[in-house]
Amino acid sequence: MNVKNSFRTTLILIFSSTLLFSACKVRDSKIEADVNAKMQSLPGAEGVYTSVKDGVVTLSGDVDDETEKLSVETAIRDIKGVKSVVNNISITPPMPDPMAPVTMSGDELLNQGITDVLKDFPSLKATVQDGVITVTGTATADDWKRVKMALDALRPKKVDATGITIK
Amino acid sequence: MALQEKYRALIDTAKAAGVTNLQVREQDGVLYVDGEAPSGAVKDQLWDIYGRIDPNYLTGDVVMNINVSTAVPGSKVKVTTKSSNLNIRKGPGTDQPIVGKAAHDEIITLVSRANDQWWLVRTDDGEEGYASAQYLTPQ
Repeated sequence: MNVKNSFRTTLILIFSSTLLFSACKVRDSKIEADVNAKMQSLPGAEGVYTSVKDGVVTLSGDVDDETEKLSVETAIRDIKGVKSVVNNISITPPMPDPMAPVTMSGDELLNQGITDVLKDFPSLKATVQDGVITVTGTATADDWKRVKMALDALRPKKVDATGITIK
Repeated sequence: MALQEKYRALIDTAKAAGVTNLQVREQDGVLYVDGEAPSGAVKDQLWDIYGRIDPNYLTGDVVMNINVSTAVPGSKVKVTTKSSNLNIRKGPGTDQPIVGKAAHDEIITLVSRANDQWWLVRTDDGEEGYASAQYLTPQ
């Protein structure tokens, strides 16, 4: 090929490749629409915010754990036109549900527990019935405090100390 | 809700002192308070307040379980028996054979919290086994 021909070929190549690349580039508005649609289908991603600029998707907001954070990123990265994902999602482990029912130990567990707790306190006696530990006897204030702490740790329904005399 | 009002000072202090995972629930006439205190001192403070509202903890109003978050593997705990040695046992239970002893006031190492009642500990002499958590105070 002579110089003029190769120059023209090069121009054509550059021109057509520019056309090709601009056809591949997806507009931010389209990516945003696809990202939003994807986010709707991801459970646990309600606290995540997204923004798109020049094909780069930035994620922010909160999720419960690391697995969740990664799965959102993976899902978004797969979307057509997304060049890269900047993942600024923070992990906020969920607070225990204040409405969750209280965990209580069964009578068998409580019976095993009270034997150990009262081992060093022969002046105290305890019985268990339907989750309620009933303690009777005499003790110093300090001793009873220790015993009460240990009994609470067994997770009873209630500690009935009406039969306790503090000496 | 009545109990939450009676123990308002206890609940407010728990929040102010940075107790995490705080759960305060009232059920069948008993108030259940659970959470993790940032230190043994905060746990003590909460029990003091509870004792001021319910002198000598005799009413049965409250079941409170505050763990100490610094009581992690490798941390130090003090033997807080009244005066006697603390038995270190092969397994978590008073029926388990005794494998060693830690003295009253001795500082030993917490290896792990097997459950709320029994903790695996190790003394400086290298004796390792389970001791009753009611006699161990996180430092």
